[in-house]
Amino acid sequence: MTDLPAAVLEPEIAPRSTAEERWRALRTVSRGDLIFRVVLTVLACLLPLLLLLIAVELVSEAMPAARRFGLSFLTTSVWDPVRGQFGALPLIFGTLYSSVVALAIAVPLALGCAIFLTEFAPRWLRYPVATLIELLAAVPSVIYGLWGIFVLIPLLRDHLWPVVRPVLGHVPIFSGVFYGPSVLAAGVILSVMILPYIAAVSREVLLAVPADQREAGLALGATRWETVWHVVLPYGRAGIMGAVILGLGRALGETMAVTMVIGNRHEVSASLLQPGYTIAAAIANEFSEAVSDMHLSSLFLVGAVLFLITIIVNALARVLVWRVARGSAVGSTAI
Amino acid sequence: MRGRLARRLIGSTMTGATYGAAALAILPLAAIFAMLLVKGAGSIDLNFFIRSAVPVGEPGGGFAHAIVGTLIIVGMACVIGVPIGVATGIFLAEFGGGRFGFGVRFVADVLNGVPSIVIGIFAWTWLVKPMGHFSALAGGFALGIILVPIVARTTEEMVRLVPNSLREAALALGYQRWRATLQVVVRSAAAGIVTGCLVAVARVAGETAPLLFTALGNQFFSTRLQGPMAALPLQIYVYASGPYDEWHRQAWAGALVLIVLVLALSLIARAVVRAKRQHA
Amino acid sequence: MTKALAYFLAAAAATTFLASGAAAQETVRLTGAGATFPYPIYSKWMSEYHNLHPNVEINYQSIGSGGGIRQFTDHTVDFGATDGPMTDSAVAAVQGNVYHIPTVLGADVPTYNIPGVTAKLRFTPEVLAGIFLGQITKWNDSRITAINPGVDLPDQDIVVAHRSDGSGTTYIWTDYLSKVSPEWAQRVGKATSVNWPVGLGGKGNEGVANIVKQTPGALGYVELIYAVQNSINYGLVQNKSGNYVNASLETATLAATGAVAALDRNTDFRISITNPDGAQAYPIASFTWLLIPKQMTDATKARTLLEFVWWATHQGQQYNEALAYARLPARVVQLEEERLKSITVNGTAVLPRNYHGQ
Repeated sequence: MTDLPAAVLEPEIAPRSTAEERWRALRTVSRGDLIFRVVLTVLACLLPLLLLLIAVELVSEAMPAARRFGLSFLTTSVWDPVRGQFGALPLIFGTLYSSVVALAIAVPLALGCAIFLTEFAPRWLRYPVATLIELLAAVPSVIYGLWGIFVLIPLLRDHLWPVVRPVLGHVPIFSGVFYGPSVLAAGVILSVMILPYIAAVSREVLLAVPADQREAGLALGATRWETVWHVVLPYGRAGIMGAVILGLGRALGETMAVTMVIGNRHEVSASLLQPGYTIAAAIANEFSEAVSDMHLSSLFLVGAVLFLITIIVNALARVLVWRVARGSAVGSTAI
Repeated sequence: MRGRLARRLIGSTMTGATYGAAALAILPLAAIFAMLLVKGAGSIDLNFFIRSAVPVGEPGGGFAHAIVGTLIIVGMACVIGVPIGVATGIFLAEFGGGRFGFGVRFVADVLNGVPSIVIGIFAWTWLVKPMGHFSALAGGFALGIILVPIVARTTEEMVRLVPNSLREAALALGYQRWRATLQVVVRSAAAGIVTGCLVAVARVAGETAPLLFTALGNQFFSTRLQGPMAALPLQIYVYASGPYDEWHRQAWAGALVLIVLVLALSLIARAVVRAKRQHA
Repeated sequence: MTKALAYFLAAAAATTFLASGAAAQETVRLTGAGATFPYPIYSKWMSEYHNLHPNVEINYQSIGSGGGIRQFTDHTVDFGATDGPMTDSAVAAVQGNVYHIPTVLGADVPTYNIPGVTAKLRFTPEVLAGIFLGQITKWNDSRITAINPGVDLPDQDIVVAHRSDGSGTTYIWTDYLSKVSPEWAQRVGKATSVNWPVGLGGKGNEGVANIVKQTPGALGYVELIYAVQNSINYGLVQNKSGNYVNASLETATLAATGAVAALDRNTDFRISITNPDGAQAYPIASFTWLLIPKQMTDATKARTLLEFVWWATHQGQQYNEALAYARLPARVVQLEEERLKSITVNGTAVLPRNYHGQ
């Protein structure tokens, strides 16, 4: 910015002669910018401040439980409010498991939608379909939960599973009796909930890929699909990564819908068909009713664990984006 | 090297797959909407919009208190969250290359992952407990906190997508940096920023957990910011968790109204942005 | 356009502030929070009371019994409500400045969904404990068929449904199981939230009801009103006298009467009425309480609250039956009157000595 010659910064018709005056003019020009930058920086500081305050509150309330249980909090499965014994392994496992399932379903679908909307959809269809997909974000999680109970679970348990069982029943992740409320149901609901975020942002990213990139691909003889797969998508890699992280964030912290369909059982099981539990669901279920101090403190501790998981996941994703986006142009300065 | 036929086949299949993906994505929405219409449309009448809650067994009750409450609380959340979020987004896009920018971006992503109930508890500790009572203000604050990181990240992505040539052209024309950013770059990213804000507002409008400990809910009609206030998602949740069929029907109706409300907001905002584009 | 919008928002905010300030003069507003079980009857009472006294707005929200206790302890509400009484340590946390005032009676029922079975099943305490301990796993287990002759029970897994959120309903259920099953008392115990040996967790009474409705072979416990309103079958439970009793308003009141007859005059009402004496008493019933400070600070609010509670425990009881809540026994109401009259603000009693309602 300051490399540009003064003549560009302040185009004048009658050139000023003294250096003093030109220096003064330069400073005047930069004051507005200075205020602009200061204001933005101050406002941007609010986010880290907020995070700090939340972290401080979580950690200070969690200390009693941390001191009492230590690392066994992360490795044991017993959650007994009566005896004051708390182990969060099923919660951590369930949170990660359901989020992975959600991403596995949502990312391909969302990308497919984004590609559809930017490349293949007929012009008249684009706006309505995009709006409809974004509308998925507007459905309150309680309604997703109710839909899950009354429509999705019976569908999965009574119609889909009997058909699929002969083929998949032997696979460990599909073992056990399927009662309905399960990690699978939660994963599916979550995928529906995070799809609009990933799709909306991916779509904007793909829209921003310059037309000449596409044209270059086509000019070289690629089919439309090959252009998308080999040219457009790689160009927007980093932005799409950002979209996926946004979706993952939502999946990790979703409360209401998950607690209504996951079965709320403090148990670790490899099978998708078994009930499970997530940290956010446990906090939502038990926070307002937790009467003993150790129970409350344990809930704060498990909340702090979720915090930590979110930080680790985001750090990993950042590293991934940095590695992957070194070649791409769109959003590459996002690192 | 694949033969021409194979490539075209793959191309057609994948094209069809994207059609399928879009259809599959819309399917749950259609299913939910259909369920809401079937279960809830019958309960929507004039009373639903102008009358507040009545006791069980009495006819003519409505969600007026919840609808107005949501508008007020979400309005407050926008007033708090949108300016800070957009400002942070612009900061990240324009000055966010260094370590501080990296940190803020990281923080925003982490905050996006914090469960909304934790935000509600946070707002309770900082606003409800010291004040000694529940309030719509605390509710708006909690929702605003949820808004900021979403709006910040989407704004950043949208501003970043504006080609550098536009920035350089503005600067070449003699604009100061701040004017170039605000009047040229942000304006051309406006549509995308609005999309991001809308997605965030849509999410926040349907949040129940953070309001449980802040706005609490109110069976009476209230516009007092310093007291408890009803909100659509809260009321839906309470009625859906109750035992009475008539409450369930009203809950479905409430959900229908909520979605339609958000859709209306979305369409209006898009239309406004489109109109502005045509003027500019 | 954005300028116009900004002006509009500012104007709207200003008007709201002004309007709210102006209206606040005459209305007395009280806020309470707590148990979900009595929410329907409380909201009915508060509406009716508002009709009788238009300047009184009492807002009650159901955030759970523990939530009610916590908000009461933190002084963010004017009164609390709970299905499970405060423990001694919780009472100590408020320096004893709390009265438990019973308002209505409720009953937990065992609801079930067995394909092909429409009859009302019978349950003994041993069977219920066995099922919830995970020891009885099939509906055609001999222990169940023995007490239900004539019912064709299928070879189906029992899917237990319990509460995932802490609640007074759970407290009542586990309190009962602890009394009738030493193994339960030792392994699990009684609380608003316990470590369930088996089962799926549902959020809220409605969550459990939904699991039962949607899962063939399910058995769960819910408050009576939820079973009735959801039209799910619920069973008879054998009481202390050996009779199989159907949960109803009468049998719930009978459960209270027995326990209440032995009440000490200075009782703090934190009594359990599960597994009581009484030939037709339903064994899994309980009071639900309002939490009111013994010493309050705001005279107007105190007067309004106490007048309301008086009305609720007297005239308000007429609304109970329609919503499937049982009435308070007369002796309980009598003792409550004394408690309410003893509540003070700055040392002076709020209600006059000869107060007898409106």
